[in-house]
Amino acid sequence: MGDIRLIEVKEEILSDNIKQAAEVRERLRKTKTLLLNLMSSPGSGKTSLILQTVESLKGAMRIGVIEADIDSTVDAEKVAARGVPALQLRTGGFCHLDATMVTQGVDALAVKELDLVIIENVGNLVCPAEFDTGAHKNVMILSVPEGDDKPLKYPLMFSVCDLLVVNKIDYLSLSDFDMAAFRRRALSLNSRITILEVSCKTGAGIRGWIDWLKSEVAAFKGLE
Amino acid sequence: MHELPITESILNVVLKHAKMNGARRVVTVYLQVGKLSDLEDDWIQRYFNYLSKGTPAEGAKLKIERTPVRMKCHACSTSYEAEMAKKDDPVCPACGEKGGTLLSGREYIIKEMEVQ
Repeated sequence: MGDIRLIEVKEEILSDNIKQAAEVRERLRKTKTLLLNLMSSPGSGKTSLILQTVESLKGAMRIGVIEADIDSTVDAEKVAARGVPALQLRTGGFCHLDATMVTQGVDALAVKELDLVIIENVGNLVCPAEFDTGAHKNVMILSVPEGDDKPLKYPLMFSVCDLLVVNKIDYLSLSDFDMAAFRRRALSLNSRITILEVSCKTGAGIRGWIDWLKSEVAAFKGLE
Repeated sequence: MHELPITESILNVVLKHAKMNGARRVVTVYLQVGKLSDLEDDWIQRYFNYLSKGTPAEGAKLKIERTPVRMKCHACSTSYEAEMAKKDDPVCPACGEKGGTLLSGREYIIKEMEVQ
């Protein structure tokens, strides 16, 4: 065996994904299609929020949806039933989407014709936060039954998002969820994050979400 | 949770640099991983052992250094090290204001490696 030598590497392990993500972002900037990455735990309301969004904005803008799940195509079928182009990516056991998988989704949708593409990431507060999907905006949902301590347990997710949607506020009266403490915890991790309180079930607060989306899409297209 | 795809990426970078440097065998890989990452060191090594079989990186030891989480205060723009494991919110040491935005703490970097 030869002598041991030390070689300098200094390379980001996820550099391939970072590069791919930058390519997707640039490509969609050219077509003026806002790519939004929606993340949350399983069952906190990603699909419900997307269905509400599609219903509210169907006439106002052209929307496409990329659904990601470890298995099954139920989510894409629900969205497609509303007349919106939807694509199901099956991650085959992977706990998150990466920029290469998103590129496949973008390739399959006619993005040039779309104003907004929403990625419904795999339900998980851990892994999706680590991988840049190429989205222009990152949005997370935290639902009331999950508890107000989640920023303490999953700080990275709260740190990387632009918008935090607190869903299922119709459960607030039944729970000990402390909204003030939750807001303080989320804002201390990320002082730039916008927080909206909604209920997909009752429709409360949905207007605020739709207005936020409309203004983001308009700003992205250079209309504002 | 996602140690397997991360470990695949580590192995690809390691093998690329081993080849570029004409190394026959990789002995040690020094990694810098941000403290915000949820990766388990033991599992990365286990996956690495499995994936690297039959390559020049087989048998290499991974040495993982955890790099601190740095925040930028939203009030006075001071950058400071934050201890995320604590129950309390991060507090700026300069002005006492709570919170800010993330500067670093989520990186995965292969710093250097020992090869033969």
